[in-house]
Amino acid sequence: MAESSRPAATAASSAPLLSVRDLRTYFYTENGVAKSVNGVSFDVGAGETVGLVGESGCGKSVTALSLLRLIRPPGRIEAGSKILFDGRDLITIDESAMRAVRGARIAMVFQEPMTALNPVFTVGDQIAEVVRVHGDGGRRDAWDRAVKMLETVGIASPAQRANDYPHQLSGGMRQRVVIAMALVMNPALVIADEPTTALDVTIQAQILELLRDLQQRLGTSILLITHDLGVVAETVSRVIVMYGGEVVEEASVNELFSAAHHPYTEGLLNAMPRVGHERERLATIPGTVPPPTSWPSGCRFHDRCPYAWERCVSEHPPLYQIGAGHISRCHLAAEPERRLKAHEPFATKASP
Amino acid sequence: MTSAPVPPRPLLAVRDLKKYFPIKSGMFGRASGAVRAVDGVSFDVFPAETLGLVGESGCGKSTTGRVILRLIEPTAGEVHFDGQDLLKLDGASMRKIRRKIQVIFQDPFSSLNPRMTVGAIVREGLVIHKLAEGAAADARVRQLLDEVGLRAEYASRFPHEFSGGQRQRIGIARALAVEPSFIVCDEPVSALDVSVQAQVINLMQDLQRDRGLAYLFIAHDLSVVEHIADRVAVMYLGKIVELAGAADLYREPLMPYTQALLSAVPVPDPTTKKTRVVLTGDVPSPANPPSGCVFHPRCQHPAKDAACAAIVPPLEEKAPGHWAACIKQPPTGVEWSQQQAAGGTKQPTRYLPVVASPA
Repeated sequence: MAESSRPAATAASSAPLLSVRDLRTYFYTENGVAKSVNGVSFDVGAGETVGLVGESGCGKSVTALSLLRLIRPPGRIEAGSKILFDGRDLITIDESAMRAVRGARIAMVFQEPMTALNPVFTVGDQIAEVVRVHGDGGRRDAWDRAVKMLETVGIASPAQRANDYPHQLSGGMRQRVVIAMALVMNPALVIADEPTTALDVTIQAQILELLRDLQQRLGTSILLITHDLGVVAETVSRVIVMYGGEVVEEASVNELFSAAHHPYTEGLLNAMPRVGHERERLATIPGTVPPPTSWPSGCRFHDRCPYAWERCVSEHPPLYQIGAGHISRCHLAAEPERRLKAHEPFATKASP
Repeated sequence: MTSAPVPPRPLLAVRDLKKYFPIKSGMFGRASGAVRAVDGVSFDVFPAETLGLVGESGCGKSTTGRVILRLIEPTAGEVHFDGQDLLKLDGASMRKIRRKIQVIFQDPFSSLNPRMTVGAIVREGLVIHKLAEGAAADARVRQLLDEVGLRAEYASRFPHEFSGGQRQRIGIARALAVEPSFIVCDEPVSALDVSVQAQVINLMQDLQRDRGLAYLFIAHDLSVVEHIADRVAVMYLGKIVELAGAADLYREPLMPYTQALLSAVPVPDPTTKKTRVVLTGDVPSPANPPSGCVFHPRCQHPAKDAACAAIVPPLEEKAPGHWAACIKQPPTGVEWSQQQAAGGTKQPTRYLPVVASPA
């Protein structure tokens, strides 16, 4: 499949910081080959915040882990996948070169701050370790940078807090420490995988505020992986929607929320209860996400789609260009009149 | 403590409920203090109504649900259900009344016995409460599965064969089997994806309409609660700080904590500009709650003063059916002279930073 000939979603003015092309990550399980990431292509520009959204099992987290080559057997990144970053293909460089990228040029913020931190070292030690591993200066210097970083992420009295162990900090403070650890080497790209999902909503607001602020001050690119469309709307400038191991839609955040094209995106947006909205019945997407070992034929969403017709069952849709910077993997782009013919649009479909 | 709203006759009436967990220390495990998980909570749930109970981790909302079910015994208080005080019942009478009070848990993976078939799980309550036997029970199980949108043949399968959303439907069928009038729903949709969450919420609303069920819907997701609840109670550090009709509460939150909580919810619309009250710091420990108003150290009300640290604010009716615990939000029964005596220097003033514009 010539996924590299994808339509341009970004206004390709300058070369992007990260270019993922035809990324395929398969898991060879007892139940067959799980094609968790199945031909994913996207770009992240310098200083840009991009959201990668989808529900459980859509492949968004496996995509993130693949970017850092953190896939363990039985998983494998398939030949032909390309991750272009800093003028190199991260797929082909050797492990020691990859280690120099991880944490220094591309850093990761995980969902659960308690498991991302080592309980038997102080948080200052853990941040300083990142500096020492990447060979920047001595012990004293590394510690100073750790304390400075704690201050940058808004931790009060950072010199004292640096001597605390993770269990002495609250959930919100721990996530700030994890962010400090990610940013201490001043990476070009931060991959944040559900960074606020484990946090309460008032703490989430603090952390999102912090990410926005740091992004502006440091110019770091952020790839924000989340299932929460509210978080996406408030944080990113461009959104990539994944379903069934593929990119199904990509657009600027305003375009996606005002004029979603793909029926899956439309369904997701309609299924969300919203604060301050009328209490009408929620729209639902019937059925569930299929397992990655057996994606349906044709369009992977066809058995849950209210518009699907024969073509959707037989022909796998390419990414169609919908507008400037807007692409969608749906045959409705070729036959738009079908959208009006849907007998049961989402809004009226009762739950099974 | 003022009691919550009165007429008509509530199905469930909770009065001044307290649950303190002792903190044991030393080699003999002597209690050296207490975590005040639930600290004097009162509310009513009316027949066929959904009362949402919201708050952040550790605010005591789940403990409240568990105490009502008597899965944990409370330290003090009363829980009246259908005219009986549940906390005074002996084991046998409590078991009988459990038929009327059911529960749906958060995690559909750990709340179903993996060694029992779906049919056996749903059937168990029928048999225990002697509601049906043999073929009649089998028929009832099939009917229940159908009602929650599952195929009858699923009765012979095991929980691990189902997705999260389907398991939550099994949990709902199990709760419905004994024909309850009241269900405690403890975060029933928070483990589910958005599209599946919508299916389960719609199902719960359909069942409520068809059977006249009352729900105590405990959740941290404020948009889900606004969607499903008729009235909403907000908890902070073991206390109810605000209780109002869902529309009122979301349109005009009065308690500064509710204001901050609601303004923190991300809005799935990139074009809205909103006022955000960003709270600083973390929730204090319920083992050592602040004096006076438990929210005062983080409060952003412009009239906050020494009186807030001294006076425990009563939950009082600020507008018809709209209860809030704040002595600085008028009207208040805590007289200005009383506030001054406690060190107050700023008169109560109306503070509404996040009032929603009419949609």
